[in-house]
Parts: sequence; structure tokens; C-alpha cells
Amino acid sequence: MQPVVRLRSIVCLLGRFPALAGLDLDAAAGEVVLLSGGNGAGKTTLLRLIAGLVAVHSGEAEVLGRDLTRDRRSHRRELALVGHESACYDDLTTRENVDFAVRAAGASPDVAADALEQLGLAPLADVAHGRLSTGQRRRLALAIALARGPKLLLLDEPHAGLDAEGRAVLDEVLAAASEDGRTVLLASHELDRTRALATREVVLTAGRAHGSLAAEPQPEPARQ
Amino acid sequence: MNLAQEVGLVAGKDLRIERRARVTLQQILPFGAIVLLLFAFALDPDRGVLRRVAPGLFWVAVLLAVLLAVSRAFTIETEHAARDGLRLSGLDPAAIFLGKAAAIAVQLVVLEALLAAGVVLLFDVSLSSIGPLVLATLAATVGLAATGTLYGVLAVGLRMRETLVPVLLLPVVSPVLLGATRAWEAAIDGAPSDAWPWVGVLSVFAVLAVGAGMLAFGPLLEEA
Amino acid sequence: MTLLKPAVGRALGWAALAALVVLALFGLWGAPPDDVQGDAQRLMYLHVPAAWIAYLAFGVTAFSSALWLWPRTRAAVWDRIAGSSAELGVLFTALTLMLGSLWGRPVWGVWWAWDARLVTTAVLLFLYLGYLALRKVPAAPEARAKRCAIAALIAFVDVPLVHFSVSWWRTLHQEATVFDPELKANIHGVMAFTLWWGVLAFTLVYVYLLDRRYRLESLEEDLEQRELEQAIAERVAGAGTPGRGSRKEEVPVG
Repeated sequence: MQPVVRLRSIVCLLGRFPALAGLDLDAAAGEVVLLSGGNGAGKTTLLRLIAGLVAVHSGEAEVLGRDLTRDRRSHRRELALVGHESACYDDLTTRENVDFAVRAAGASPDVAADALEQLGLAPLADVAHGRLSTGQRRRLALAIALARGPKLLLLDEPHAGLDAEGRAVLDEVLAAASEDGRTVLLASHELDRTRALATREVVLTAGRAHGSLAAEPQPEPARQ
Repeated sequence: MNLAQEVGLVAGKDLRIERRARVTLQQILPFGAIVLLLFAFALDPDRGVLRRVAPGLFWVAVLLAVLLAVSRAFTIETEHAARDGLRLSGLDPAAIFLGKAAAIAVQLVVLEALLAAGVVLLFDVSLSSIGPLVLATLAATVGLAATGTLYGVLAVGLRMRETLVPVLLLPVVSPVLLGATRAWEAAIDGAPSDAWPWVGVLSVFAVLAVGAGMLAFGPLLEEA
Repeated sequence: MTLLKPAVGRALGWAALAALVVLALFGLWGAPPDDVQGDAQRLMYLHVPAAWIAYLAFGVTAFSSALWLWPRTRAAVWDRIAGSSAELGVLFTALTLMLGSLWGRPVWGVWWAWDARLVTTAVLLFLYLGYLALRKVPAAPEARAKRCAIAALIAFVDVPLVHFSVSWWRTLHQEATVFDPELKANIHGVMAFTLWWGVLAFTLVYVYLLDRRYRLESLEEDLEQRELEQAIAERVAGAGTPGRGSRKEEVPVG
């Protein structure tokens, strides 16, 4: 089966700095791959590269069946990225932000309501984004990501800023995602929690990946 | 979603944000009015002079207001990395361009109507021949909004955005200032037939600006 | 590396210099003084060629930008030509305006006149300055090239619009446009020759300077490229560029 992510000898530049320098990585459907490593190792850049937000300087990159060196836009509909920022608008309420993102992605608005429920944001539906705490914004970004129904979920330190309840919700979400056959790539410093959830761990150091780089296809989720 | 729906979505988002934050109404409008007042201080208070140059002063004030409106339109996209959200959303970049430009145009029209009232009151101008006046204003507004949106996205990721956009935008829109002022003068001086050719020039500019924006917005958004 | 072979470039430099000397001779002595304007009119032999180069350079910038933007012809050379030509263009545009001023003052008593050509040239100056400001913004070469190329093309389309609007504005006002740099009524013979020679000389100067500027830009980019490749190679080899990135090695989980 085709891996969802296939990267070979990737070099990626941020300005003139080689943030990724000769990186290899594979990921198969249903895997939860933990990307660990210190600050500046390249985790964020890697996730953004897979999302198609930054260009591949050299190397091979195939994500969701598309060659990123040729076209790094068309695959975006099938993935979702939760970065350090929520990508929302301060003057819109939670519900309005999710509605906008969901409609932009072409999904149905009911999905938005479900996602808000799932992440415990329903009570905050009419609160302006500018008034939310960091943890709440994180959850909102996650709700939006899930509402898009992505095949590939890219999470950049999702536990950061979440309170205990938020973390519990996030762990449930991660477990459920894997069961649904989604692929999850998760960059994190919270190694204790995430190691339990991950199917595999890859360590990033100075722009390269170490550890189990090959995809480990997960069993197909039971279909009803 | 088809293009029109996407445009409506983006424009609706921007206008809803404006309705909440009221930046155009509470900051940009007073700015425009103050500019008109300052012109009155700077020039001969003898009413005759002000009446003669009123159209030019009006459009200079509008041009300066456009700089603020464009700046605001893209500031909301840089808070919380909403730009990334737009890129990942799957929206057609041309639709994002048209939506943002439309929202700016709507805000400008409201601004212009109020400033025009100010001009009539302060400079003792009588606005006859409403037809060519309104059409000239609309064509000019579309041209200004489209060009502004284009340069706004061109500079969106850059540190020096605030000073770059004016330097880039103002020379390019000088034909709009020229044409709109002449059209207003013709309409006010009771020679409306002289205004129509200027309406033509403004319309050509508007069409070119919209076309250029639809082509260039996508590539520029990706480089941000 | 360079647009012209080094030997050709050098020869061109000498030719340009020689042409300028000849221009000076003709301009100052060879051509007769104008009946109406006197010796001040000799500034035309500099002003008109400078204007020609100002617009030529602009066209070159726009055309190179278009070639860069078109995927099939995209290559760094076009971006470098666009940037180099713009720098020369801004110089010649400023020169055109200054010479126009110097010429206008003794002849018509004004430092400036609001005719279509002058105003359009002034707007051109500002368009150039905006382009150069954009070029100075630090960014990855591709991103910078794309932004500048689009800005250049928009400016290129804008210039005719500006010219048309202004010229129409001025004719409507029905003011006698006394200031006409190309009052060609008396230009024939030696004067015409000198004028055309001026255009030729300035073109040689432009091409020579373009080549030199291009070479400089090309060398700078080569240096940056080499530093970049070295940085990449070091990082790929894990040769330890200290500062960025931790060196923690974790035991992978199966």
C-alpha cells in the first residue's frame, strides 16, 4: 500500500538556513508517529513542509499521493495542520470561526457543531476569539482541524497550553483518529503522554530524522 | 462551493469582523475627516478656493484612507497566522482576492459617502449630476480596492509592510486620483458630459486591477 | 556570470566612453546654438537620450520580469537583469528630470511644467523607487524575485495609463503647453545627428553598465549560493553547526 507520507533526502530552507537537511521519513495510514527532538531541530518545518506551506528545496516528497515538488497545493484539502497559532480571527466568535473554516473546506456545518462538542467548546460558542485563553484557542484549532475530516492530521505540540481537561480530550481525539484510519504526525515535547499513544517515534536532530523511519502499516480499522 | 460563494464567504467574514471591530467607522473615517479639516487649515479659508479644489482634496483623503483600510485588512490575517489557515483552507486564491477586495470596496463606499457629506458641508460644494459622479466613484473605488488588496498581499509577510505599501501603491493609483477628481469637477461644474470619458478611464483601470489581482494573488499568498 | 564576454564588455566600455566624448564635442561645439533658446538648448542632447534610456531600462525590467514569471523561461538571469536594469533606470530617470529642470528654467522660466511627458517620468521615478525598495527587503531569492517581478509588470501596465490620463488632463485644460522638449521645428542636420548620436552613446553606456551591474549581482548570488550549499552539506553530514538544534539522541520506541 502507498504510504501516506514518503520523504527522501529532503532539504528545506527557511530563508537561507537549511532547517531540514537530508531528511527521510515514511508514514502509513492509521499510524500515529511521534516526532520528538529539541528546539530548532526542524519539527515545525517538517510539518509545514508536509502541509505544503513551505517549498522543498531538494529531495523527493510524496504526500497523499501528490508530488510536493510539483504541486504543493492540491493535497491540502485532505489534511489539517494545527500549529502554534490558531489561524482564527479575534473579532469572530468560536462558532463563527469554525463555521468559516468548515464552509471554506466545503464540509457541512453540522460537522462544525459536532467538533465543538467533542472538544468541550460548546459553552464557548459565542465567545470572541480574542477573549479565549491559550488552551481554549488550541482546542478550537483542533476542533477546526477535525471538522475538516482530514486523512492526515499534523499536530505541532498540541499539548502545549492545555489544562488537564484539555489534555484528556486531546488524548481521546488522538486515539479515535487512529481508529478511524487517519494518519497522525505529532510533534511534541510531552514524551511521557505521547509515547503511550504513538505507534512509532522518530527523533529529529539538526534537520534530520533518526529512529524507525519506515512506515508501519496499521491494521485496517473495523468497518461497520 | 463555486467561485461566487467563496467570494461571498470571504467578503462576509471580513465585513463581519469590521462590524464587530468597527475600525473603519471609528478610526479610518475620523482620519479622513481630519485630513479634510487639515487641508482647510492649510489652504486659504476663503471659500472660493476650497470649493474649487474640494474634489481633489476629497480624493486625496480617500487615497490616504485606502492605505489604512488595506493595512487593516491584512493585519487581521497576520494575527494568529490566519494566512496559513487561508492557504490550507482549499479556497480558490482568486476568490480570496475578490472577497477581500469587495469588503474593502464596501467599506470605502461607506467612507466616501460620509466624507462627501463632509465636503459638501465644509467646503460649500453642491453635488449636481449625481449619475456620472456615482459611477466615477464606484469605478474608482473598485480600482483602489483591487490594487490595494494586491499590494497588501504582496507585502503581507514583510516586516516593512507599513511603509512599503504606500510607496508601492500610491504611484500606481495616480491615474485613479486624476480621473476621479476630473470626473467630480466636471459633475460639480455642471458639465457632466465631460465626466463620462473619465468614468471610462476609471473603469478600464478597475478592470485591469481586478484582472491582475485575480492572477497574482495566489502566487503572492504562497510566498508570504 | 556576465551578459557579454569579458572582451566584448571591455570593448563596449571604451566605445561608450568614446561615443560620449564625441557627443560632448558635437553637443558643445559641433551643433549650432538654437535660434530661440540659445545655448541652453544643448541640454536637449543629454535630456532626450536620458529619457530614452529611462524608459528603455524600464521596458527591460518589465520584459525580464515577465520572462522570469513564465515557468518555461524562469531562470535567475532574468531576475538579475530586471534588478540591474531598474537600478540604472532610476539613475537615468532622475537625470532626465534634473536635466529637464535645468533646461526649462533658463528657457521658459520654470523649474517644472505639468505636461504629460514630465509628469509620467516623475511617476516612473516613484515606480522605480518602489520596486527598488521591494528588492532591498531581505527574503529568499525565489520569493523576492516573484514579488518584484509582479510589481514590475503592474508598474509597466500602469505607465501608459498614467501617460494617457495626464496628457488628456492637460489638453483639456487648454493651456498652451509652452514646454515642449521636442520642439522639432528647428531640428535638422547637425542637430538631429547630435541628438541621435546622443541616443546611441547613452544606449552603449546603458548596456555596458548593465553588464557590469549584472556581473556584480551574479557574483553576490554565487557567493550566497556557495555558502548555502556549504551550510546544507555541513548539516547533512551532521558536522555539527553549533547553536541551532539540540544534540539529544533518544532511544526510539518500537
